[in-house]
Amino acid sequence: MKILVCISKTPDTTAKIAFTDNNTKFAEAGVQWIINPYDEWYALVRAIELKEKDSSVVIHLVTVGAADADPIIRKALALGGDEAIRVNSDSHDSFVIASQIAAVAQEGGYDLIFTGKETIDYNGSAIGGMVAELLDLPFVSLATKLELNGTTATITREIEGGEEVNEVSLPLTVSCQKGMAEQRIPNMKGIMGARTKPLKVKEPVAIEALTSVAGFGLPPAKAGVKLVPADNPAELVRLLHEEAKII
Amino acid sequence: MSVLIFIDQAEGHVKKASLEAISYGAAIASQLNLPAEGVVLGSTEEDLSALGNYGVQTIHHVNNPALNQFDAQVYTRVIAAAAAASKATVIIFSNNVDGRAIAPRLSARLKAGLVAGAVALPDTSNGFVVKKNVFSGKAFANISVTTPIKIISLSPNAYKTVTTGGKATVSNLDVPVESGKVKVTAVNKVSGEISLAEAEVVVSAGRGLKGPENWGMVEELAHLLHAATACSRPVADIGWRPHHEHVGQTGLAIAPNLYFAIGISGAIQHLAGVNRSKVIVVINKDPEAPFFKAADYGIVGDAFEVVPKIIEAVKKIQH
Repeated sequence: MKILVCISKTPDTTAKIAFTDNNTKFAEAGVQWIINPYDEWYALVRAIELKEKDSSVVIHLVTVGAADADPIIRKALALGGDEAIRVNSDSHDSFVIASQIAAVAQEGGYDLIFTGKETIDYNGSAIGGMVAELLDLPFVSLATKLELNGTTATITREIEGGEEVNEVSLPLTVSCQKGMAEQRIPNMKGIMGARTKPLKVKEPVAIEALTSVAGFGLPPAKAGVKLVPADNPAELVRLLHEEAKII
Repeated sequence: MSVLIFIDQAEGHVKKASLEAISYGAAIASQLNLPAEGVVLGSTEEDLSALGNYGVQTIHHVNNPALNQFDAQVYTRVIAAAAAASKATVIIFSNNVDGRAIAPRLSARLKAGLVAGAVALPDTSNGFVVKKNVFSGKAFANISVTTPIKIISLSPNAYKTVTTGGKATVSNLDVPVESGKVKVTAVNKVSGEISLAEAEVVVSAGRGLKGPENWGMVEELAHLLHAATACSRPVADIGWRPHHEHVGQTGLAIAPNLYFAIGISGAIQHLAGVNRSKVIVVINKDPEAPFFKAADYGIVGDAFEVVPKIIEAVKKIQH
């Protein structure tokens, strides 16, 4: 059983969001980088849990990024996983990134490909679906549970107003969200071990981007809160009804 | 050429998010001087011609019961066939659960640039540029799409439905449907509950409520406002409320017209899930709660005294 976990480097949740170069680039100065939370807490940790149950499971990590992504991959390897592959491309186009991952996946022959449900920077939730299409694999999105029974996966996924249980034969691509696994932190043994785990760097395949960022912007600042006295909540209801006109 | 809109169903009924997608697609069609066409997959309980009221002129119905179960791989192929049949140059999805699964697949299949989570109509004055949220709502990006076919998935609640009074022409589209590899073995719906992702009003509460037994007033206010209920992460983690109600960075990101935050301090991780709400009301007894900085209206006070009075006042204006 081979699992490929897709890892993305994202700014920390609390990072200040600003732009440079005439609002065409994210201002990276002073930003703390983390493993995209959905990739880490749900995709990677679920893969590790599967390996803990069945030691024959092999976990590979893949990221598409420049050398500054290496610390993030080492951190992911400290949590678990046997080796990592970094495709040396700093593209932000989903299709270019998905094509690189698909090329890695094709070479490695994986039974399961995990992604987080989306990254917290571009919020595209596109990679899992694109990789699945490029490899002609089934895709179950927004998974909250996954169990394996031989070569069959039983997956619970979110639907509007509830959940659905799917049964799919491997190989398969899954995007993971809350519920899949319990968050954990790397221990000292993991951190020491990660230093010697293989991190292979692979040059990207030539793929043309389908989109580009014309510019970034920040939403207009809120006008400020209008406070209503605690002894007169009816005034709040009046404002919502007559001023904001939303109830 | 056309603008093709994927009209998503649940148990044979069109989802509200799809009505927004129809109005949005119809507006793009008129911008580009193209017909607005829709595609519906599987059996339906609806009078599809009535969807013309939202601006779609033609509906292609692939009425094959094999499509009554969702499989992103199968759906993608059928929609690709419909797109070829209608010579679509722009394809619209809602960025809801199904749209998030199909739109990226279709993008890769057709080598068509995808803007996932659009919040406004495209700017076609110089190329094709679509605005979307990035950094979990803390910023936006204008994405330029240069491929011959463009795919946009529209954020739920970002575009208001527009009714035109029209009728759509419905025709059956016969395309081969392969059997899917995904088998649906169970569906568990929380009956009677308003879907949190689609809700226009959301009433949410946090640890300030002190215990799960105190949620009665939250549910009552939600019921009065036809709202969905939500909660903060700690409340879901300690089991006071179900996980699917958790909104925030690691839970669900929502964008309702009105978001009530009761007894939630407003940590940055929570704000990341709700900062696209149009109006935010915060009720918290701590005047220093960070949520007040992101709020439009607020009351500094004890939720147990304030919320029942809000309920009474809402009842009065509804009479």
